[in-house]
Amino acid sequence: MIEVEHLTKSYGQARAVNDISFKVEKGEILGFLGPNGAGKTTTMRILTGYLPATGGTARIAGFDVFEDSMEVRKRIGYLPETPPLYPDMTVSDYLAFVARIKGVASVDVAKRVEEAMRMTNVTDRKDWLIKKLSRGFKQRVGIAQAVVHNPDVVILDEPTVGLDPTQRSEVRNLIKGLAGEHTIILSTHILSEVETTCDRVIIINKGKISAIDTPDNLTKQLKGGERVRIVVRGEADGLRSALETVEGARAVEIGSPDQSDQNDALAATVESDLGVDLRGRIAATVVGGGFELLELRSVSLSLEEIFMQLTTEEKPTEEKAAL
Amino acid sequence: MKGILAIFRRELNGYFVSPIAYIVIGAFLVAAGFVFSIILASVMQYAVMAQAQAARSGAPPDIDVPLQVIRSFVGFVGTYVLPILIPMLTMGIYAEDRKRGTMEMLMTSPITEIQIVLGKYLASLTLFVVMLAPTLIYYLIVGMYSDPPLPWRIVGSGYLGLFLLGAVLLAIGAFISSLTENQIVAGVVTFVLFLTLLFIDLSVRDSSSGFAEVIKYLSILQHYQEFSQGVIDTTNIIFYLSGVVLGLFLTLRSLDSMRWRRA
Repeated sequence: MIEVEHLTKSYGQARAVNDISFKVEKGEILGFLGPNGAGKTTTMRILTGYLPATGGTARIAGFDVFEDSMEVRKRIGYLPETPPLYPDMTVSDYLAFVARIKGVASVDVAKRVEEAMRMTNVTDRKDWLIKKLSRGFKQRVGIAQAVVHNPDVVILDEPTVGLDPTQRSEVRNLIKGLAGEHTIILSTHILSEVETTCDRVIIINKGKISAIDTPDNLTKQLKGGERVRIVVRGEADGLRSALETVEGARAVEIGSPDQSDQNDALAATVESDLGVDLRGRIAATVVGGGFELLELRSVSLSLEEIFMQLTTEEKPTEEKAAL
Repeated sequence: MKGILAIFRRELNGYFVSPIAYIVIGAFLVAAGFVFSIILASVMQYAVMAQAQAARSGAPPDIDVPLQVIRSFVGFVGTYVLPILIPMLTMGIYAEDRKRGTMEMLMTSPITEIQIVLGKYLASLTLFVVMLAPTLIYYLIVGMYSDPPLPWRIVGSGYLGLFLLGAVLLAIGAFISSLTENQIVAGVVTFVLFLTLLFIDLSVRDSSSGFAEVIKYLSILQHYQEFSQGVIDTTNIIFYLSGVVLGLFLTLRSLDSMRWRRA
């Protein structure tokens, strides 16, 4: 449905988007994940035909976004970061206006508006002025606006930004409900959102793709091994030598526990190869060695940590200096 | 066409749901009514004096009251009232859309920029006509009592001049609005530009040097004078229409440039 090849966008010397390529299949939800200024919005604006690319091509439903911009625009629904709303219009008037400029035939306008309001659950606010709506409702009207002409592709730029947790989960469910019928690209810098909503994730940083995969695979692939964390009461050197004897342990790290009420305790992290479960053996070793086992759990790298690893290789001193 | 109509309807509704249209139309009608009555009173007073003088000298009075009233009124409204009020109508046309983010939606919709520009321009022009139309009532009232009868041809040409002058000012104002996200800035810049045009025009009005002739030819107000004297010259009509086309063309380029600018 969406094919992007070697897409580049430069502003003078600066490259906002640098040689990006990816494909999105019909009905998929693709998440763009990256820190602010990574090039997410620029990429989306190129796809919607708002900005021309400096190099490379992007096709939507077979149409080039630059050459056949009008055909592409008919097939795209777009929610920019700030929902493009007219505060002095009522919800239904506004959606009817958008339907008309998106090329919906006059006879179908009323029907499409009803449908979009039903999908986004704003029907009971249809006669409200948009300026009177809460943020959550405004965002839903923004999404309704993006689907009112029943487009093949829906592009949502930070659809949950500025919403409270309840509203956020409502919007997420709404987006999931749209998938299947529509192909969706959404951008976010909230990781849990990608984990729960998207089929595939593109991690984008400084205009380049750092990683592209399913959320599950990304987690597996990047953590590179299993880790077990234990908290025990006992003596540090003895613990280290005991843990190093465990079969399959690649590395042992001893530190102090996070909780302050366990001052006298020790924490240790044991790393092993991917797919090796050491929990039983570690428990046996620790208890057998006369240590008091307080806690044992398997820790997996969250997407959060992967994201940090991929996007923060720049020196943290720079950030501190900026502060 | 459908795209233009959709934009046109939204824009026109937009004027009437915000207070701006009511304020501008109200201010215009108060100012116009006030000016009209003052002009009417002073021209009539002058006519009475002229008549008295004519009676003494025996020659017939050389004054056409209705003609004087129309000329002065149309001249005053065009020269002093429109440059103040039109910036208020045009300041938000694009600046507001850019600020709200709706411009991005319009520009990613399957409509061309020409449709956006024309839809918005025609809406502002319609509002302008709605603002101007009630003043025609003055002439209906005056016409009932007027002797010699009201020269309707001059009323017509004067209002054609007003319409064309307004059309050019609206196109210029819309262009300036497309350059910024801040409608106050757009309004002030438009107002200052109109004032400058007025001052330049006033400063060369009585001069006849070669340079002054060039300025006079280019002056929007200079061409306007002829309409208020009952002369409908195609040169003047073409001059104004060119002004409108230039304004719309610049607006179009300005919208286009938004796609190339850094966000």
